[in-house]
Amino acid sequence: MNITDVGFSATRRLILQGAGAVALIGLGNVPFGLTPAIAAANDRYPEEAFKQKSDADVIKTLYGKTAEPSDKVKMDAPEIAENGAVVPISVSTTLADVTSIAFLVSENPNVLIARYNIPAGTLPNVANRIKMAKTSNVTVLVEAGGKLYSASKEVKVTVGGCGG
Amino acid sequence: MASTIRVRATSSGDITEVQALIQHPMDSGFVKNAKGETIPPHFIQQLTFEHDGKNVFTADWGGGISKDPYVKFAFKGAKKGDELKISWVDNKGATDTTTAKIQ
Repeated sequence: MNITDVGFSATRRLILQGAGAVALIGLGNVPFGLTPAIAAANDRYPEEAFKQKSDADVIKTLYGKTAEPSDKVKMDAPEIAENGAVVPISVSTTLADVTSIAFLVSENPNVLIARYNIPAGTLPNVANRIKMAKTSNVTVLVEAGGKLYSASKEVKVTVGGCGG
Repeated sequence: MASTIRVRATSSGDITEVQALIQHPMDSGFVKNAKGETIPPHFIQQLTFEHDGKNVFTADWGGGISKDPYVKFAFKGAKKGDELKISWVDNKGATDTTTAKIQ
């Protein structure tokens, strides 16, 4: 039994080494492969994007392209939020072929609040409630037809929602 | 235990409007308690809505979503009496699932 075990693990080690080598070779292609990989991974939880500390880093990590402001993206947010723990924000757009919508708060410790995936047949209108640490710019990103559009608005917060 | 998910789905013409309210602390990991200790992060990461075996809406959430989160969206192609399946998973691996009839 023991002998078989040793034999097995040795084989396993060889296989793993082989797999490692293949993986390393594969990594060489990453600079070209990265952007489509992010775009295609809409179904996976974007762990890295949620850790980013600036609007630009979130957009880069989540979409890998730049956003252009659009008046077809309508954000409904209060001018002044009395309670930063619960700020109701909604977005709608007249853009066609929307695939995802994201909410960003520039001054929060982690900028990305939420990303919603919009499959075909689902309307590009979303409402949610978010936390704001302090007065900040709120940005919504709308991915439509492979392009990225945005709208921003400053929301004043009188009582922060992230403690401290 | 009662479900943490409350859903209201109403159909009007071809459009079904869905509102969901979930009981969850949504701790961001940045808030301190009364003793000055940081409350560890505990938040829903993914919330999915399925109709007829097809995903109609997915929310990816961070700790910046308010406690007891609320979300509203609308989709086409469902009719009254159809079932909508809703499930979430949080950063600690806890999950909950429920189904709601479209009214």
